[in-house]
Amino acid sequence: MTIIEGKTGPWEMVIGLEVHAQVIANSKLFSGAATAFGAEPNSQVSLVDAAMPGMLPVINEMAVEQAVKTGLGLNAKINLFSEFERKNYFYADLPQGYQISQFLHPIVGEGTIILDLEDGKTREVGIERLHLEQDAGKSLHDQHPTMSYIDLNRSGVTLMEIVSKPDMRSAEEAGAYLRKLRSILRYLGTCDGNMDEGSMRADVNLSMRRPGEPFGTRTETKNVNSIRFVQQSIELEAKRQVAILEEGGTIDQETRLFDASKGTSRSMRSKEEAHDYRYFPDPDLLPLKIDAAWVESLKKDLPELPDAKKQRFIDEFGLPVYDAGVLVADQETAAFYETVAKGRDPKLTANWVIGDYFGALNRTSGANLGNAPVDAAKLGGLIDLIADGTISGRTAKEVFEAMWESGKDAAAIVEEKGLKQISDTGALEGIVDQLIADNPGQVEQYKGGNAKLIGWFVGQVMKATQGKANPGMVNQLLKKKLD
Amino acid sequence: MSKLTHLSLTEARDGLAKGDFSARELTQAHVEAVEACRSLNAFITETPEQALSGADASDERRRKGEAGVLEGIPLAIKDLFCTQDVLTTAGSHILDGFQPQYESTVSANLWAAGAVMLGKTNLDEFAMGSSNMTSYYGGVENPWRRSGSNEPLVPGGSSGGSAAAVAARCALGATGTDTGGSIRQPAAFCGIVGMKPTYGRCSRWGTVAFASSLDQAGPMTRTVRDAAIMLRGMAGHDPKDSTSVDTPVPDYEAAMTGDVRGLKVGIPKEYRIDGTPAEIDAVWKQGIEWLKAAGAEMVDISLPHTKYALPTYYIIAPAEASSNLARYDGVRYGLRVPGETLDDMYEATRGEGFGAEVKRRILIGAYVLSAGYYDAYYNKARRIRTLIANDFKAAYEKVDVVLTPTAPSAAFGMGDKMDDPVAMYLNDVFTVPASLAGLPGISVPAGLSGEGLPLGLQLLGQPFEEGTLMKVAEVLETAAEFDALPQIIS
Repeated sequence: MTIIEGKTGPWEMVIGLEVHAQVIANSKLFSGAATAFGAEPNSQVSLVDAAMPGMLPVINEMAVEQAVKTGLGLNAKINLFSEFERKNYFYADLPQGYQISQFLHPIVGEGTIILDLEDGKTREVGIERLHLEQDAGKSLHDQHPTMSYIDLNRSGVTLMEIVSKPDMRSAEEAGAYLRKLRSILRYLGTCDGNMDEGSMRADVNLSMRRPGEPFGTRTETKNVNSIRFVQQSIELEAKRQVAILEEGGTIDQETRLFDASKGTSRSMRSKEEAHDYRYFPDPDLLPLKIDAAWVESLKKDLPELPDAKKQRFIDEFGLPVYDAGVLVADQETAAFYETVAKGRDPKLTANWVIGDYFGALNRTSGANLGNAPVDAAKLGGLIDLIADGTISGRTAKEVFEAMWESGKDAAAIVEEKGLKQISDTGALEGIVDQLIADNPGQVEQYKGGNAKLIGWFVGQVMKATQGKANPGMVNQLLKKKLD
Repeated sequence: MSKLTHLSLTEARDGLAKGDFSARELTQAHVEAVEACRSLNAFITETPEQALSGADASDERRRKGEAGVLEGIPLAIKDLFCTQDVLTTAGSHILDGFQPQYESTVSANLWAAGAVMLGKTNLDEFAMGSSNMTSYYGGVENPWRRSGSNEPLVPGGSSGGSAAAVAARCALGATGTDTGGSIRQPAAFCGIVGMKPTYGRCSRWGTVAFASSLDQAGPMTRTVRDAAIMLRGMAGHDPKDSTSVDTPVPDYEAAMTGDVRGLKVGIPKEYRIDGTPAEIDAVWKQGIEWLKAAGAEMVDISLPHTKYALPTYYIIAPAEASSNLARYDGVRYGLRVPGETLDDMYEATRGEGFGAEVKRRILIGAYVLSAGYYDAYYNKARRIRTLIANDFKAAYEKVDVVLTPTAPSAAFGMGDKMDDPVAMYLNDVFTVPASLAGLPGISVPAGLSGEGLPLGLQLLGQPFEEGTLMKVAEVLETAAEFDALPQIIS
């Protein structure tokens, strides 16, 4: 919770998010037109999407399935009866003059989402509802001096509007909410979550109140298209509202637009100018009735979701909460980790995946789990060499860098560079004996009580072996000979 | 052999099958009839070349033994059905120059059954009207005149062009659409048969929408058997229309046994309305006598919510229309009247593109759906609609069909009632209840008024019992011996 200390006392943010998530499906919500991103303008438009006279919508079963799966993933109530209604308004990129949406009877009701916060704590945020609706087309205002161009490729594409309860209290929580929601959608395969391609967009509802008091008047900032911008817009709007409230003013219930490039926002329309959408059930469509058994079968086939996976990583692998959270944020990462960890030390594996491996991925542009020079098997090979004492942990870092450079196996690099650790007791014993014989003074001091000198002896052995001596064994040997 | 245009669709079908004449000859005769009747203004677009080449193709199919159920039959198509590459106007200025790239399912079904298109018939703008007077392309004259009068009369509406074309022997049949009576009332006014099938029987895909939960296409013909044949060619499940019903299309002719003995006919007391002309009552009584004589049993029934049907209809239909007509915005097709801003363009386009009646209904529709009025109007209307449907359900526990007059009057003069929308809306008083309930209905010519104008009787049936309606309607038709001809051809 973020408390803003104003001149007149503390203020608390109350945040609710409406997320529009584009459903992964090959065709649109009510037409057979394709939905690929980045196609030529107006190349993916059916007669229905262009609202030609006499055209009728027919529901796409895949879209319904995706919405139900998402609802199940949000632990939400699935409504076996739902209804499509028309939301009427005029705009050039809305060919029908109405958007087919769900209003009184959404397909998904109340659910919950668990936020993973920076400090490792979790917090529950309520989901109010999820409904299906059509996207509008796109207006291009920069193509002609006096005219706007319209691209209808997006017209009719399936969106899920996922509405949270006003349960968030800080920009950080809003960010965590979006990250978690995106993670769940991606696990489910119902939305790709690519905010930069517009397949996930958020409307931010925000009001301020004195802690413990009833909700204040909220504003809605529309169509914010990255998590960072959502957080920025929240900080900005909170400050704006506090400034007004501190001056004794009141907040206008209005729709606002956030300009990310300028870091400012402006009023789009006030409550008085708000549309009367004249919702009514779409007479072209029958109410949507789904079968409880079908919902059950979808539930059975759901993948393991982030929360469950995280708990399993903690229980099964003994990972700390933080490590488990990092590893499950992304389904591919979690799968990668599990592949590497199979038959290996889970904690050592987690350290390698989260540490050196993520580090290398992050600093290599364009690298991802699918194309990285070191795959799960190779990383596993490296960890095996550490585990069986072939190389030390320190040497392993050098080996890993070489693997990342060359794409070669750990064993090959160890071989090539002669990095194999000396774990032969006889060989090490000779070196240790020689060292003791050559340095009677240091031996004297050590025996006289300077225990710290053991480090010096280890260092000398490592130096003599170019770092290849097994440090554990060296320690053991030294103690045996000196104590 | 009588004049080809005076054959019924049934006779033409049989004549074609026997080889008495070719589709080309039949179509040529009708193309000439269409030209001869231009004064009626029944057609917005004539398609003689398409008709003749279609007829040739039909003759070719017949030679190959591939004749469909409507093989070689020239038909007129209400200009509410989208026809590929042929101007489709909905009777509105706003669809100026609109040539669809697609064919409506109903017309496509007809062509697949072998029929030939003569042209697109005039209609009330967006099918909103009961007189055909709201068409941007001007009113249609009824082929009938009052005895001893030359005053032009309306053909009814909204399928006025279709009704006039069939009555004037320009086409063997025509498609109509019926939202609140738009097939049945003009059929009655023009002395022909018009059937509105059960909602969901014919696909709405490709038909310009007026009120989606009510719109239903149907046949307009000169005999009941013609309607049975034509409906078979139009109907069918269409996966492109979610409200189309997946139930097989029977051979309606097979149901027409002429035997109505023991059949129970409901006579609803609520359809006796004060102020209805005596001759309307008289023709109703006559219908009752005919059916009794044929062995049917009359049962007095009550449809208690009937009086609410008209106001309910005039809330639900405009509500849906206000939304359905939002797509005519000048952006993508049809008329565009430029403006400074997008809103200016909308206002100029829609202001010029829509006629007064359409604007009235859009305003009513937007009003009844708006915040604060929604529950009082739209929601209440929906609830009453359910009550009206329940009235019929209860009645059909006791009876097989319901017999009523089709319209409260005979055809009226062109220009009459234009300044009184409510008087105009009253034309639909007998047809609207079944529309709200989604039930099939048929209007059959039953006799002439004192002034020599056709009067119709309406039969209403149970869902998907079009065959039963056809059977009873044919019994009425036989008894009525309606053989009068409109003045334009007599």
